[in-house]
Amino acid sequence: MKEVIFYLLIIGAGTGGELCVSRAMKVVGEVKDFRPAALLGVASRALRVPWMWLGLSLMGTAFFALLAVLSIENVSLVVPVTALSYAGGALGGRFFLGEQVTRRRWTGVLLVCVGVALVIMGRR
Amino acid sequence: MKSSGGLHFKTYLLILLMVIFGPLGNVLLGKGMKRIGAASLGTPAEVFNLLSRVLTSGTIWLGIGSLITFFAAYMLVLSWADYSYVQPASSVAYGMVALLAHFMLREVVTPLRWLGVLVICLGVLVVGHTPPRTTEPSQIMEPRS
Repeated sequence: MKEVIFYLLIIGAGTGGELCVSRAMKVVGEVKDFRPAALLGVASRALRVPWMWLGLSLMGTAFFALLAVLSIENVSLVVPVTALSYAGGALGGRFFLGEQVTRRRWTGVLLVCVGVALVIMGRR
Repeated sequence: MKSSGGLHFKTYLLILLMVIFGPLGNVLLGKGMKRIGAASLGTPAEVFNLLSRVLTSGTIWLGIGSLITFFAAYMLVLSWADYSYVQPASSVAYGMVALLAHFMLREVVTPLRWLGVLVICLGVLVVGHTPPRTTEPSQIMEPRS
């Protein structure tokens, strides 16, 4: 039961956090200059976007839930289970960020989810 | 507007960094947490005790360093590529996690689980043939204060 709560936190807070960070980075704009000073500027601009703070808080929550579940279960089970966030990610990308998710991409995401199911079924 | 070839090269390079450092970070965290033992969060004292053991573990810090490298590459690529493209593309990392867990941590990975990993990688191949960007950055630009 404890593990299920941790998994829900990893998937829910992790996906929500990534969507917020993604939205913040789209506000910052495409990074074209990879010199350290320019990257520091990008980080500073990113930290002025509220979405980034919300995203980092959610990802921090997911991180500590990941640590907790890793103390109980094997990495080769935990990490693939967290891939259940793919369905949420594609839905979020489509409805929260307004991205066009093609049928082909949906097929790929579906295959990934089937793979995750097999990984869970492969538990000894 | 960047040329499509340059955009793809930049995207693939950063996804490669993500695929290496993300799984390495997770495996190191797993190794560190297994040494610390099952998390018990019943009382504030137990939470504090767990946190202090986590924060003084060298393996955990190596894992955090790897994940920060992964995260930096991830954020850079998200500045131009779609989230729903990058997230599935980076799932090659799940194959890497299984390999690293098997060889570094000696975890038993059953044949069915390897099959699952293979199907995940197949899904990634399908996703990889879709364009990296479908929105222009201006579409969700917000006014800067």
